[in-house]
Amino acid sequence: MVRLGGIIVAIALFAAIAGPFLYPYDPSMQELSRRLEAPTLAHPLGLDELGRDILARLLQGARISLLVGLAVVSVSSVVGMVFGSMAGYFGGRVDDVISRVIDVLMAFPGILLAIALVAVLGPSLVNVVLALSVIGWVGYARLVRGQALRAREFEFVQAARACGASSARIVLRHVLPTAIPAVVVQATLGMAGAIIAEAALSFLGLGVQPPTPSWGTMLDAGRAHLFDAPHLTIFPGIAIATLVLGFNFLGDGLRDHVDPKTIR
Amino acid sequence: MIRYLIRRLLLTIPVMLGVATLVFALIHLVPGDPAQAMLGEGASQEEVLKLRHSLGLDRPLLTQYRSFLVGIAHGDLGTSFRYNGPVTTQIREKFPNTASLALAAMAFAILFAIPLGILAAVFKGTAIDHAAMTIALVGISMPNFWLGPLLAILFAVRLGWLPVSGIGGLSHLILPAVTLGAALSAILARMTRASLLEELRELYVLAARARGFSGTRAVLRHAFRNSLIPIVTIIGLQFGAVLTGTIITETIFAWPGIGRLLIQAINFRDYPLVQGCILFISVTYVTMNLITDLTYGFLDPRIRFE
Repeated sequence: MVRLGGIIVAIALFAAIAGPFLYPYDPSMQELSRRLEAPTLAHPLGLDELGRDILARLLQGARISLLVGLAVVSVSSVVGMVFGSMAGYFGGRVDDVISRVIDVLMAFPGILLAIALVAVLGPSLVNVVLALSVIGWVGYARLVRGQALRAREFEFVQAARACGASSARIVLRHVLPTAIPAVVVQATLGMAGAIIAEAALSFLGLGVQPPTPSWGTMLDAGRAHLFDAPHLTIFPGIAIATLVLGFNFLGDGLRDHVDPKTIR
Repeated sequence: MIRYLIRRLLLTIPVMLGVATLVFALIHLVPGDPAQAMLGEGASQEEVLKLRHSLGLDRPLLTQYRSFLVGIAHGDLGTSFRYNGPVTTQIREKFPNTASLALAAMAFAILFAIPLGILAAVFKGTAIDHAAMTIALVGISMPNFWLGPLLAILFAVRLGWLPVSGIGGLSHLILPAVTLGAALSAILARMTRASLLEELRELYVLAARARGFSGTRAVLRHAFRNSLIPIVTIIGLQFGAVLTGTIITETIFAWPGIGRLLIQAINFRDYPLVQGCILFISVTYVTMNLITDLTYGFLDPRIRFE
């Protein structure tokens, strides 16, 4: 499974980076006379409601999906690691405050807070990243807090403290590295979550705005043509589901590799 | 049990307060003047000032916060800008539709996934198991904003068996409920399989078989009953996912519930209605998690004494 996941992700990465250069059609070029045309040899996935090539838009959209995923995972994991390690290592009042904030943010169901934030900040790519990071860091913080609680009791951490190392140095050099494998697994699964969340927000009209191609906005546009051009709905959906499946396979495989309990 | 109940209820208070504070803060995150944003660039200064006053935005922040909390305590979530009436009236009107959709989705998930999970566990390693788990994997990977349109293409457009959108009889409920329940059923099927497999390894199942119980009876009467605790917990905890899933499902199928109301409120920049919908969904979610925790504590005495 991990290999299959890796292959899917590698293909998606290659398609996102090289695809727009290798594929001859411009994702924003319109041929209104051929709008909604079904797949042909010249346009393997057909044309959309404005006569734009769907494959070209999917390749461009892959960049948006992967970029949002990467940005959300990077911001969330860094913020989560900072607050999680502070809560776990220092304990006491610091832990109380951070844990209560985590409790409140976790009390919001899934994507609802992201929808709320984008609703008030306005729909844009940057706001999507910001909103998804606001809900995303909590998972990393909880994970790292747990690891830090354990790590602070390790002898090498106590030895570093006895040697007079500063708290910042102990956390950065000794505590955080123990959490890195778990964070990597969480980040891989988080990529899948972020990609699906970005597509959902764009589908609702709260994410990437037209004419920038995004898989979610492409699906949203397809809703108006379920009767006459179902290919507008089918192909972007396949792209989202396959990439999400790839990251899930990769994350599950890495978790099995990292977590000794699952190795049989 | 009473002490556990009180402790769990007390723990919910700060969470609810935090949720309310966050929802209150939302309108203050609007870039610039929220009243100007709601009315648009063309609005006169007088109109903006009037709306600021009616929203209470011209008062000190702490006063606004206090009256927001007092309003919630009295069931007053403000006045909708679009509908020119209380937010609670809109929520009260739409909630039965969302509740019926969520319950239908959960019923579909339970009725489809639990037998699938049992079959997969009983026939572990066979083609039935592989087929059941493949269905579950597909269910988890397919986002509902893709599954919904696909089901509509197949069952409404091609076959013409079901209506494509709107509210009406049972036939209108089927596609939205299946769309909304698909992800939950995938999770439930995997959970049922895993939980039942664990129970089937226990000695009491072997003892039941040794006493002459048939395989089916040993599974259903003994192992399955004991495997229910984690399944019930997952059903409760996943209620939140179902609730947020209604936002997308209701938008796809033009189902007049709270999810669609929220999206319409966002499009109209009706911030009091946005706040009201978000607060209502969040409080329902927290309450469902509380009920799940209490049920779990009731079912498993070890939880109460931890």
